[in-house]
Amino acid sequence: MSDELMVRAENVHKSFGPLEVLKGVDLAVRPGEVSCVIGPSGSGKSTFLRCINHLEKINAGRIWVDGELVGYRERGGKLYEMREKEVAAQRRSIGMVFQRFNLFPHMTALENVMEAPLRVRRESRAEVRERATALLDRVGLASKIGNYPGQLSGGQQQRVAIARALAMRPKLMLFDEPTSALDPELVGEVLDVMKDLARDGMTMIVVTHEIGFAREVGDSLIFMDGGVVVESGAPDEVLGNPRHDRTRTFLSKVL
Amino acid sequence: MRHPGRWLAVAVLAVLTAMFVHMLVTNDAFQWAFMVDNMFRPPIIEGLVRGTVVMTICAMLLGVTLGVVIAVMRLSDNPILRAVAWLYTWFFRAVPRLVLLAVFGNLGILWSRIEFGVPFDTQIGRLFGIDNLELRAFGFTSRDVLTGFMAGLLGLALSEAAYMAEIVRAGIQSVEGGQAEAATALGMSRGQTLRRVVLPQAMRVIIPPTGNETIAMLKDTSLLLYVPVSMELFFQLDAVGKRTFQIFPMYVAACLWYLLLTSVLLVGQYFLERHFSRGYGQQARARMKLRGFAAEQGGGGGGTGAVG
Ligand SMILES: Nc1ncnc2c1ncn2[C@@H]1O[C@H](COP(=O)(O)OP(=O)(O)OP(=O)(O)O)[C@@H](O)[C@H]1O
Ligand SMILES: [Mg+2]
Repeated sequence: MSDELMVRAENVHKSFGPLEVLKGVDLAVRPGEVSCVIGPSGSGKSTFLRCINHLEKINAGRIWVDGELVGYRERGGKLYEMREKEVAAQRRSIGMVFQRFNLFPHMTALENVMEAPLRVRRESRAEVRERATALLDRVGLASKIGNYPGQLSGGQQQRVAIARALAMRPKLMLFDEPTSALDPELVGEVLDVMKDLARDGMTMIVVTHEIGFAREVGDSLIFMDGGVVVESGAPDEVLGNPRHDRTRTFLSKVL
Repeated sequence: MRHPGRWLAVAVLAVLTAMFVHMLVTNDAFQWAFMVDNMFRPPIIEGLVRGTVVMTICAMLLGVTLGVVIAVMRLSDNPILRAVAWLYTWFFRAVPRLVLLAVFGNLGILWSRIEFGVPFDTQIGRLFGIDNLELRAFGFTSRDVLTGFMAGLLGLALSEAAYMAEIVRAGIQSVEGGQAEAATALGMSRGQTLRRVVLPQAMRVIIPPTGNETIAMLKDTSLLLYVPVSMELFFQLDAVGKRTFQIFPMYVAACLWYLLLTSVLLVGQYFLERHFSRGYGQQARARMKLRGFAAEQGGGGGGTGAVG
């Protein structure tokens, strides 16, 4: 039943010690869909995103990516946590882009992009180099291949980070506020790359404050608050005709 | 004159230097000719190569390797590993190296043979009514192995590992957590993340103090006199001095030898540090200069300046 969905989350709970951050989150994302997540600070957006590739262990509920249970194995109705190696294998097909870029500062842009395919997938160097060069060209950084992250602007770094994630040929891309750490004039260049990806049919979950992007590119919009999904639907509907007070209050602040 | 104080200082220093040189040349106790004749004798050169240079290299290689392991243990999620690592660093940093070396030189007193096998085997055997049960995989006579070079190497390396563990730990902790997270999200294993992402960056923090440790280690090989390790530079110089009743010239020779060796290491350290600051080029250096400048101006300590 979950086979036709790229991502399916059911009743996901997550606590940090006594603090319950996710209180039963459900989500369904079809292949090729761009799903945008908005919500106030501390509502659990990043935490939920990190649960999808098992950077955080969940306390209850289930998450499937491409029909496969993430981080756990189900046997006789019981869940068993996977070994580190198996989780790592699952993460290979899920790309992630962070708010603070998190490029490897001791590697050039090209080395950053080549690292995972070389070390994790053990592909041939020539092939990886070709693909990495093409990806950097695609995000408009053909001339910056040999630069270290410290020599790039924030927008350029984030585009390298996107190329780095794409180099693993993921079937799903997770973005955690990819433009929040950028100067306003650099936001556009990163959003353009993401739009291009969306047009190409990539399945994406994007946590963002860019309402314009959500409206233009998003297929669905999810509003989270207090660790639950308060409202979701087509972006125009949620933005134009919010049904919940909490959504209305939040939107009145950001729009 | 614009800087009278500066000129006065120069004058005082010039007089002091002249007095020092005068003493070097005129005081008979230096015995320069004797020193030069003796400081290049074959046993001294052999001691220098084996007991000082080779020992430093071996002790540092072992110490760094073990230090990395202990640092990783110290940062692991497993409380038992953490405790063991803490105990190790506590012990080996609390006991002076000289004392440690004297102890290691005399470990033969504890065991005439060192054997590896099931502990308390004879006692366990007795419990089950078996006499003289011996479950030992292999053993060796400690006097063959745990004397001289090996005892000295073990003492120096184990002690070094404790200091290196602290240095490596600080280095690993200096790497921003987001890097490791990004590597994990790409599907890299914990080992790969450590080797490819965290350690190379930690190197920038680890290398300078490790250079200092190497220089300190080279000097500390002179402590091997107390193990004793006879094929060692200071032991040999000391022996010549005692034999000929010309102890002072040989100690001056020791100073000169160690000055020369540490100077070579200082040059190596310079090039290593330059290599590992890769990716932290002009910008980072400019930032560091700026920070130094601000400090000179009495400005408050600047922030750590996050990269990016
Ligand atoms: N590792 C952690 N340990 C303890 N508490 C955490 C941890 N990570 C997140 N939290 C807490 O969980 C809550 C949700 O955090 P999360 O980062 O998911 O929010 P968010 O919706 O992404 O907010 P923002 O818009 O500010 O990024 C916050 O109260 C935060 O303090
Ligand atoms: Mg967040």
